[in-house]
Amino acid sequence: MKIKSRQVDLAEGDLTPMIDMTFQLIAFFMVLINFSQTETNDRVVLPNSQLVKPPEAPLEYPIILHVAKDGEIILGGDSYSTETLTTGLRRELAVIRAENKSPADANVIIRGHQDVAAGQVQEIIRVAQETELERFALRAKEDRS
Amino acid sequence: MRIRREVTQEKNELNMTSMIDIVFLLLVFFIMTFKIVEQEGDFSIRMPLGGQGSSTDTITDLPLKLRLRADAQGRLAGMSLNEIDLGNDFDKLRANVISFVGTDEPIEGDDGPEVEIDVDYNLRYAHVIRAITAVSGYRDESDQVVKLIEKIKFAKPRR
Repeated sequence: MKIKSRQVDLAEGDLTPMIDMTFQLIAFFMVLINFSQTETNDRVVLPNSQLVKPPEAPLEYPIILHVAKDGEIILGGDSYSTETLTTGLRRELAVIRAENKSPADANVIIRGHQDVAAGQVQEIIRVAQETELERFALRAKEDRS
Repeated sequence: MRIRREVTQEKNELNMTSMIDIVFLLLVFFIMTFKIVEQEGDFSIRMPLGGQGSSTDTITDLPLKLRLRADAQGRLAGMSLNEIDLGNDFDKLRANVISFVGTDEPIEGDDGPEVEIDVDYNLRYAHVIRAITAVSGYRDESDQVVKLIEKIKFAKPRR
């Protein structure tokens, strides 16, 4: 006597194309993700300019100052006012001097909010000048319209 | 009686469920953290300590003074270039700069024309950048940047 074994066929969908697509998407987002959080700050909305272009080479010895709308200055994750900024700048300059460079070689990148008082930016430049810094870069957003 | 057993070949399939779970978690993470990076650029200003507010002491090729006035809300109330009133018109400012310096390439180094920007303390920073854009150059019909003035400095802050 023959005993028939009953086998239930499982209807399995082919997952290969979906997995392919998912990996493609992951690769896309991984390539485009920007981990350089030091260059940006959520509290700063840069003003637009039709002339600025992304620099071909990054500026040497950059000191990035984010200036929020209320005039608060963010340097290396710490908050400063124009009165206390000298402390933060001296700390940055100590690093630059350790590399046998002078303050004149450093580039102060000012990322000012579009609505901050212009006098506040002038005050920051004045404080930086007092610590012998002399190269400044006013950062703006590229406007292609 | 002999009972024959059917030998069924077992398929050795990998269990994909956990991998797909992780892959989707990764995908969600990247989508949530994705941020379109805007293109940024700089206006370079070289301003040693002696240079601020001392344009009368230093002899430059063509000293231009741009004055930007603000109202109480920080909006641009008016501007003037070497005492020529320009209202709020940045195109007029650019036209005046061209009439002063021409459209030739600015001279590299310390001999090129220089503009000193004197602004009211509470003026919105965006207006200053617009003014710097107007005096620095413009884009021509072929989208090429024509440079006007490269040496820019600020006057002393007005309190």
